[in-house]
Formats: sequence, C-alpha cells, structure tokens
Amino acid sequence: MNLELSHFSSAVLFAVFASVVFGITQRNSSREMIRYGLYCFAMFVGGVIVAGWVMWILRR
Amino acid sequence: MANSPTKTEEQPKAATAPAPITTMSVVVPALAWFIPGAGHLIQKRWVRGVLLMVSVVAMFILGLAMQGHVYKPNGGDILDILGFVGDVGAGGLYILARANDWGQAAIAHATADYGSKYLIVAGLLNFLAVADAYHIAIGKKS
Repeated sequence: MNLELSHFSSAVLFAVFASVVFGITQRNSSREMIRYGLYCFAMFVGGVIVAGWVMWILRR
Repeated sequence: MANSPTKTEEQPKAATAPAPITTMSVVVPALAWFIPGAGHLIQKRWVRGVLLMVSVVAMFILGLAMQGHVYKPNGGDILDILGFVGDVGAGGLYILARANDWGQAAIAHATADYGSKYLIVAGLLNFLAVADAYHIAIGKKS
C-alpha cells in the first residue's frame, strides 16, 4: 500500500489525531476536553495556513 | 481562624505524598503502552479509550502506508535515537512493525518523510495516553 497525501491533507489529518489525544489527556471534564481539542485543531490548522502564507511572502 | 495555618502547612505534604502502588497502577501503564487506548478501556473509560486507540492506531497505519521509516534501536545520530524513542511509544504496533520488517524502505519522497513523522508522533501521543491512564489509575484524574 502506498498512500500519497498532499502536504495540507497530511497536516489536517495530523491535527485531527493530535487534537483528539491532546483534548482527552490534558483536560478533566468532557466539555473541557471537547473545547481544548477544538482549540488545538484550530491552532494546528491555523498555524499551517499562517506558515504557508509566510513562506509564500518570503519566496516573493 | 486558628486552624488555617495548620491546614496550609499540611497541604504541601499531601500534594507531594507518593501515590500508593496498586495492581492497577502497574498493569494499566504497561497495558496502555502495549495496546493504545487499552489503559482507558480497562478502567471503563470507553469513549476516551476508543478515541485514543483510533487516533494512535490510525496515525501509525497511515505512517506505514505513506512509506514512513520505522527506526531500530541505535546509538548513532541523535535524531535517529529520538526517532526510535518516539516509535517505541506505539508499543505493540512498533513490535508488530519490526517483526514484519515494515517501514524499512529508503525515504525517497516527501510523503515518506511525513509518514516517518506520523509514526514518531503516534508513539509520542501514546506516551501521553499512558500517563493519562496512569493518572486515572491512581485517582489523580477522574
């Protein structure tokens, strides 16, 4: 099996799995877990988009 | 408030007191390392256990599918040593991958490099799951 994902889809999948684990392990109540998981996901994906634009600007 | 100074003096002692060694506090981390998510499942945290298992196993399988590299025990380059430490966190999945000689192809394209990172992070996330399962076992977390 040879899976070829784009950089963005790899980063989004990574963000999903890492956020789930971070949410469960770093907070105590279910509500806090969901909130923190979503926060981590937003930070991961937001970081990817910001880094992408920074690299685009640096290349210009 | 004559009692308040006594209470504040007692609090640090209680906070630093070592957790009692119970069967669960030994079995849970070992099981959680060997089978991702099992540390939570054995303590009846069904949803958390399943989510952790799916996340770690999916990351590991995707890493292998992307032709990621599975690191062997080594004493060479520091990044290779750290790669091994990350990979070994996946427990049974790592043993299975090594036994079948998976993830030994040369990294020839960017996707394979992402795959290597997926494998390492799957192991590191499982270390977090192990610590969380241990905290539940000793009563530090509900």
